[in-house]
Amino acid sequence: MGNGLKKFTRSQLVIPLFSLLLLVVFNLIRDVEFFSVSIVTNNQGNRVLSGNLISILNGASAVAIISIGMTLITSSCKGQDISVAAVAAIAGSVFVSVLRSNEITVPVIILAFLFSCLVTVLFSTFNGILVAIFKIQPMIATLILFSAGRSIAYWINGGATPTVSSPLLSSIGGFIPGIPIPSPIIIMVMFLILISLVLRFTNLGLYTQVVGINEETAHLNGINPILIKLIAFMISGICVATAGCITVCRIGLINHETLLLDAEMDVILTVAIGGTALSGGKFNLYGSVIGAYIIQALTVTLYAMKVPSAAVKAYKAIVIIVIVMISSPVVKEFAINLYKKLFKKQVGTNIPMKAS
Amino acid sequence: MQNNVVLSMRNINKSFPGVRALQNVDFTLRKGEIHALMGENGAGKSTLIKVLTGVYPKDSGQIFLNLNSGLKEINVRSPYEAQNLGISTVYQEITLCPNLTVAENMFIGRGNYSLVNWRSMKKKTAEILKKLNIPARATQQLGTCSIAVQQMVAIARAVDMDCKVLIFDEPTSSLDEQEVEKLFSLMRELKSRGVGIIFITHFLDQMYEISDMVTVLRNGELIGEYEVKDLPRVQLISMMMGKDLEDVSTLQKRKISDEKSDVLPIYEAVGLSSTNCPNAFDFKISKGEVNGFTGLLGSGRSESVRAVFAADKITDGRIKINGADVKIKKPKDAMMHGIGYLPEDRKRDGIVEDLSVRENIILALQVMKGFFRPFSRAEAEAFADEYIKLLGIKTASMDTPIKSLSGGNQQKVILARWLLTNPQYLILDEPTRGIDVGTKVEIQKLILKLAEDGVSITFISSEIEEMLRTCSRLIVMRDRKVVGQLKGEDMTQDNIMHMIAGEAVQNG
Repeated sequence: MGNGLKKFTRSQLVIPLFSLLLLVVFNLIRDVEFFSVSIVTNNQGNRVLSGNLISILNGASAVAIISIGMTLITSSCKGQDISVAAVAAIAGSVFVSVLRSNEITVPVIILAFLFSCLVTVLFSTFNGILVAIFKIQPMIATLILFSAGRSIAYWINGGATPTVSSPLLSSIGGFIPGIPIPSPIIIMVMFLILISLVLRFTNLGLYTQVVGINEETAHLNGINPILIKLIAFMISGICVATAGCITVCRIGLINHETLLLDAEMDVILTVAIGGTALSGGKFNLYGSVIGAYIIQALTVTLYAMKVPSAAVKAYKAIVIIVIVMISSPVVKEFAINLYKKLFKKQVGTNIPMKAS
Repeated sequence: MQNNVVLSMRNINKSFPGVRALQNVDFTLRKGEIHALMGENGAGKSTLIKVLTGVYPKDSGQIFLNLNSGLKEINVRSPYEAQNLGISTVYQEITLCPNLTVAENMFIGRGNYSLVNWRSMKKKTAEILKKLNIPARATQQLGTCSIAVQQMVAIARAVDMDCKVLIFDEPTSSLDEQEVEKLFSLMRELKSRGVGIIFITHFLDQMYEISDMVTVLRNGELIGEYEVKDLPRVQLISMMMGKDLEDVSTLQKRKISDEKSDVLPIYEAVGLSSTNCPNAFDFKISKGEVNGFTGLLGSGRSESVRAVFAADKITDGRIKINGADVKIKKPKDAMMHGIGYLPEDRKRDGIVEDLSVRENIILALQVMKGFFRPFSRAEAEAFADEYIKLLGIKTASMDTPIKSLSGGNQQKVILARWLLTNPQYLILDEPTRGIDVGTKVEIQKLILKLAEDGVSITFISSEIEEMLRTCSRLIVMRDRKVVGQLKGEDMTQDNIMHMIAGEAVQNG
């Protein structure tokens, strides 16, 4: 029991879970009603769940999914992919362009999704080749698609921002008739299960971390670092496509300029809050997902407090500073020492505390 | 006698999670004394020094320093404070700034920040360098000096800061013989000026050459303080290792004589070369044989075994395993053919520092088993547990990150990693470097034991004695070429030296 607690306090999940708990407690004190979930009837006439909790879980899905890929890239390549949001715009554009040239049916949607996956995996692999084979710093390598991505998305639909509407699409972006939980949440959960299975039944986790911590050791133990980095980028490509397509389904149109705008920074922050060092090495996918919910919960809390939307970012920044500070090793060490001192005083040791 | 004491540490205790690093350790240093601190890795030498210099806070105990008015208790909270009190450290890695000049390095971080008098700084530096006989110019960039000179500059800096206690932490590891001699004469010079010197080293010869007193630690406990001239070597080693004297000497007498040249070699390479080892060489090893590559540092011995393991890109060569032609193009191929490779630089090429001991142990076998077939947690734990016990790896638990283990124990983890793959041919490049005498002996014993069990081993060590003791055949290298082989009676220190020097070997 005591040992389990010790193990837990050393795990990377402490800070994210603690931050999330803090947000929850803060909201409970502020307004008990904040977490109340009610059943309402929406525009399509479905009875669905509604409330802040649902909008947090729903709104964070896209960022949470992208953060899974970002975590793997961060861990293995010791850097971040800043082109994810721009590539998501490409994915969305490809998705819409396939949908618009066909009658929208379930197989067509699947085809459109697979097609946008293929395109994003190609773009991600391009990033991966620059990083893994040409050894370019990830942030510099992905700067290329960061700047060019939205222009490429612009060309795909000939510069227009077409809308797509179909009850099927709103089932994906909103609710499936008869199921009161928003579909993005369901997709996110499915994604998480899939990734857990991948981690459980392959050595992806071990290999990625070994490559991130010590590439030379990885090589000498028969792991191909280049391949592992490419795999990380490919998985990220699939994550990005999924997030892009969900977002298109939710808003019903593709706007290459605004789709998931600035999401890359949220994703990177999510990874950092989740307990993965941005300098690579040990990672925690679940931490990253929790990180996404923390950021979304923060945003929703601020809106609920009637903070003007233009000011939200400043408030977010303050809270993020606090979270990042408490996870800094300096603060951690200080906390441990403080705890030790207090604990020792209670026991009453005979160590002379001599001030010099 | 009491007045002579510069530094006195009493009843020092220090614990880390799961380990008692120091238990009631006393240490006394007198004026003008060179006092060696000896012990195996993990004995507590570094911890004691870190407590003294304020890197770690002590759990309990007292430290007294002779400030001009006699012994006074001090409470050091940072290395900077220690330096101001007159306690300085010279490390094996240079901790100065290589891109600044010698003079700048001498005065950096001292006193007045706003105004720098460059001229007087240079003048003072030149004086000190001359006084201590250090072959460097004040205006020279530090990085252009040899490691030995850089170390001396660090020493000069400490001396100029009026240090009373100077700590040398493994200063000679990266120096050649002449440089060591120079360092020693500098140490004697300081000694005659009344500086108290603490000398930490793994090299027994050097310890005996220069030290007056020796304090021996083992497993965080004080074994004793002795006068060096009254202490026989064997006794010192046995105190450090806590093992019977006989144990050490029997190992030294043991010798492998059985030569199995008639059997099919387990591994055979013809015309092997790699990007890092451009001169093609032939090499073979038979079952249960222990052979070694020897030569000076940079002679290509490590590059050769790296080529065998395909650690560098292979450019040419034919390889046979048990008589059958095989292709070994990358480390994984070598692993799949039952070859294991313990690299020379443990920190750079061996350990995965942030991962646990368990993950470090199973790594190679896991890779051989395949990407889609991970070991279950229970299997991994069983493996780790088995090898932690088998090799006596000292670790708080199998989930401890490997970086918090001592060097010798890290090396054992890497050994465990390869033993777990059940190799038929194991390459050990400097497995005993930078680790304590006890673990060294254990590793040599292990090599002989494995060979008895039929594992072929290639062993590389900088210490020729170790190689003579364990190997039955030596391949001598010079300037990246194989210059000859020695076996049986011809394998003597003399012959090896002659061969390395490029002279004819005298038979008999």
